[in-house]
Amino acid sequence: MATDVHRPVSRFAVHVEGLTRSFDGRAVIDALDLDVRPGEFVALLGRSGCGKSTLLRVLAGLDREIEGTVLVPRRKAVAFQAPRLMPWKRVWRNVLLGLPGKPERAVAEQALDEVGLGHRSQAWPKTLSGGEAQRASLARALVREPDLLLLDEPFGALDALTRIKAQRLVGEVWQRRGCAVLLVTHDVEEAVLLADRVLVMDGGVIAHEQTVDLDRPRDIADPRFAELRASLLERLGVDTAAESPGIESPAAESPAVKASAA
Amino acid sequence: MSISHAPPAHQSDIPAISKDEESPLDLQPLVPASARRARVPRWLRRTTGPVLLLLLWQLLSATGVLPSDVLASPGRIAEVGRELVADGSLPSAMATSLRRVAAGLLFGTVVGTGLALVSGLFRIGEDLVDAPLQMLRTVPFVGLIPLFIIWFGIGETPKTAIITLGVTFPLYLNVYAGIRGVDAQLIEAGESLGLSRWGLVRHVVLPGALPGALTGLRYSLGIAWLALVFAEQVNADSGIGFLMVQARDFLRTDVIVVCLIVYAFLGLLADFIVRSLERLLLQWRPTFTGR
Repeated sequence: MATDVHRPVSRFAVHVEGLTRSFDGRAVIDALDLDVRPGEFVALLGRSGCGKSTLLRVLAGLDREIEGTVLVPRRKAVAFQAPRLMPWKRVWRNVLLGLPGKPERAVAEQALDEVGLGHRSQAWPKTLSGGEAQRASLARALVREPDLLLLDEPFGALDALTRIKAQRLVGEVWQRRGCAVLLVTHDVEEAVLLADRVLVMDGGVIAHEQTVDLDRPRDIADPRFAELRASLLERLGVDTAAESPGIESPAAESPAVKASAA
Repeated sequence: MSISHAPPAHQSDIPAISKDEESPLDLQPLVPASARRARVPRWLRRTTGPVLLLLLWQLLSATGVLPSDVLASPGRIAEVGRELVADGSLPSAMATSLRRVAAGLLFGTVVGTGLALVSGLFRIGEDLVDAPLQMLRTVPFVGLIPLFIIWFGIGETPKTAIITLGVTFPLYLNVYAGIRGVDAQLIEAGESLGLSRWGLVRHVVLPGALPGALTGLRYSLGIAWLALVFAEQVNADSGIGFLMVQARDFLRTDVIVVCLIVYAFLGLLADFIVRSLERLLLQWRPTFTGR
């Protein structure tokens, strides 16, 4: 068993080989292989319970009950579905939490400015709205200047409007920072909108891989976009032909079509 | 989200809602909270209850319903209180008692919090510490006074020891529960941010356990006074409890009541200190604060 989560490798931002993670004898991840190039934006789709969040937790170094080879950069950061801010620390202290040395408050404020939250740096987390808290959580990840940014359904709990803004923000941050991103989501549209490559996880392995070579910024009204979305939904076991023609295409109406909801 | 209905057809047998038939709705004004808030300041409202009680007492004493050999009147008690302060016996007794409580609280806090940290943070600590403490805490600590007198004599030590013992358990239980009640998601977030073991304890576990610790402190303060009363009524030659025992021997209900009032005020003071601490340290807490 060769388990190493700290040795940096230049060719890949993530290199996973034969990863297995079992819960009570049941392999949730079963001999999984995965490579992510530096600076690549990868979205990981899958049905609820398929092990995609477990994979992210393994990559984050939070779950070490594993077998196989896992190589990830030393500098990595996670943004969870819930913001998980420490309620007893003001926003800027939350952002700086865990950074080595004694970083200045200005460091936190720079990261908060980047997500448009500079004016709330002195606030208590309890006074933030859902979208603000999620942006603070993103700032906390960004301030670590990660080579790998792990996002675990970070927009799942946001309302549709806030979600669009947050998705756009993540896209901008990624283009500016150039870090590799692994986005775990169950929102097919979100995956196609943001990712260079969409992976579908099923049966404990990457069951399907789809490169998205649409120009950025992407337009959800683009027929090629709809085509990609439909084929991925089909992969996930959702019959797109069954969509009633009487209802307007959800692609044009709402950016929040969830595979699990269909 | 708005749902637009098709306009009801007039020929349908469902009664149409048309403008001319509309009856005026019974609208209700919603009064802003600022207009409803009482003009009386909070501290005044909080003192009203005790003052009313005092007036009732005075009334009962003045009318003779409450004979003075059963319970002296508030006026008489105030007078005796002044005398006791003037001849210096009350201040010196209070100083002695406060010193005992302070020492007991200090030791009890150190022991209780220390043990809670050991069993809260480490599983091996839990296995070693928790079971004996859960066992010991069911022993009424007051029952240990005779044993303490045999061990420590009749000086200050058994008194401090009894207060320490009383303070230790509620603090232990609440700090331990506070530590174990910290959200595992936050611990995980802390780990993902690269916090060290000690960093996790300092930035996540201890602040998260603080609400529980302050609840424990509140219980402990109450028990500290209780333990003080017990300790000072056995073999004491100074302190408020001693003053009371002496008063009992001379059938002075007024002095006894003065001492009781002093206890009550000290308790109130302790409560005020904890309240202030909570306001200061727990301002981040998104909890219900009452209407």
